[in-house]
Amino acid sequence: MTLEVRGITIANRLEAITTALQQGEIIAICGPNGAGKSTLLAALAGLLDVDAGEVLLDRDPLSALPPRKRAQAIGYLPQSGEVAWDVSVASLAALGRLPHGDAGKFAIASALAATDMSDFAARPVSTLSGGEKARALLARVLAGTPRWILADEPLAALDLSHQLNLLKVLRAQARQGAGVVLVVHDLAVAMNHADRVLVLDKGRLAADGKPEDTLDAETIARVWSVDARWLGQAGERALVTQS
Amino acid sequence: MTRANLILIALLVVVVPLSLLAGRVWVDPAVTPNAIPILAELRLPRAVLALVVGGGLGAAGAAMQGYLRNPLADPGLFGIAPGAALGAVIALYLGVASAILLPLFALIGAGGAMALLALIAGRTANPAHGIALFTLAGMMIASLAGALTSLAISLAPNAFAMSSIVTWLMGALTDRSWADVMLAAPLTLAGMLLLWLAGRDLDAMTLGEDAARSLGVRPGRLMALLVLGTGLTVGSGVAVAGIIGFVGLIVPHLVRPLTDKRPSSVIVPSALAGALLVLVADVVCRILPLVTELRLGIALSLIGGPFFLMLLLRMRRGLA
Repeated sequence: MTLEVRGITIANRLEAITTALQQGEIIAICGPNGAGKSTLLAALAGLLDVDAGEVLLDRDPLSALPPRKRAQAIGYLPQSGEVAWDVSVASLAALGRLPHGDAGKFAIASALAATDMSDFAARPVSTLSGGEKARALLARVLAGTPRWILADEPLAALDLSHQLNLLKVLRAQARQGAGVVLVVHDLAVAMNHADRVLVLDKGRLAADGKPEDTLDAETIARVWSVDARWLGQAGERALVTQS
Repeated sequence: MTRANLILIALLVVVVPLSLLAGRVWVDPAVTPNAIPILAELRLPRAVLALVVGGGLGAAGAAMQGYLRNPLADPGLFGIAPGAALGAVIALYLGVASAILLPLFALIGAGGAMALLALIAGRTANPAHGIALFTLAGMMIASLAGALTSLAISLAPNAFAMSSIVTWLMGALTDRSWADVMLAAPLTLAGMLLLWLAGRDLDAMTLGEDAARSLGVRPGRLMALLVLGTGLTVGSGVAVAGIIGFVGLIVPHLVRPLTDKRPSSVIVPSALAGALLVLVADVVCRILPLVTELRLGIALSLIGGPFFLMLLLRMRRGLA
């Protein structure tokens, strides 16, 4: 159960990225602005035409899969958080069932329960707070019961407790066997919560591996041009920068 | 059957028979001489045509608003109505505007606008640019068709041709026959079916283009359904009734609060409400005691303009 990229290149955005991701892990994609994080995530979701290389889902080229089959396997949460119409939380979550073409009542109820949004099912999206809306959007992805959850900066604009809450939900999904890939800006989040980190720099893969190995002071200095060091124990590290 | 559809169908069941009786001459089937031919040959085809045209405009408006994720979208924006109007105006300009040729020219105009739209917007290298390109292409086609229509008016060979063009552009259902119904109804129904088929994809568009594609939506298929669907509904509507504005814009707003607001749940009620609105507006045109009958297009704009301003004021208050 792998999601694999083999030498994918997208002009001016990504260059010859190769890596294989395993289900059951939380994988963080980190890098400075413009490094190609969102582009890599969208390519993993099969949403971009690549100039070279290919994305493979369980060894099959993603581009050869029918869109609905691909959508059943991979849930994608874009950064925009757009919900154009003021639908209810339940209707929003139900959109996750579109690739399956069924009502999926059980899956929707489970997704709302997993994100702690069951009590909000009838609420219009416009009445939700930022944290509630982020959970509702994640519920939409979970309702599709995807094997892969790809989320572009799902923690941006969330306060600390909502961040932890969302990470808890994602960790639970990974434990149940889903592959979770997140674009993350906060290196401490990646360090403490990810099983694996991909560091991108100017469209290239600068580091790939365990958080302690990929987000060490040397890599941070090289990629972000910031002198920084980690404090604290594993799982609760904090990053201190020196100016 | 949703609540919105039930309410609208109930209203239609009441309004359709009443509309047949209303007019400059109120028909009482028991008393009025020649009541049956008046009803069967004049009032009934006109009422059916109002339902068909209004239904098509309502459905197209709902689908367009869903596609563009914008409550201000109107099927007129995409050049299909102006294209159809240009076709009809050319027929009038050439003096070949018979009961068959005029709608035929209009359909050719609508088809031309659709083809142009598909040609420009259909093949983008980056699918994420699809909607912006689609909207810009539509607006350019609309203004081009509008300019050519104005050109035809200014070059009209005689005053009669000019007046017939200008009058036709105002939109009306006066003196329409079963032949018009036979032309418009099947095309409009086919178009509405295509728009209805686009419903699930439009629901996915609620989350934006990228999320919609990640849910399995094929942008090319969706655009094709919409171009063909609006082309058939709006094109055939303009072909038999001229330009009738505002219905596609207003009606989805009216029905949306009665639905769960997903685009797919707005399409059918919008078709029903559009049918109702055009039918009622046409009756109002008939019964107003004016020297000449008020043109339907003008009446709807007179109702629609202020109504829309009111809506905007309410929206502004909601935003404040």
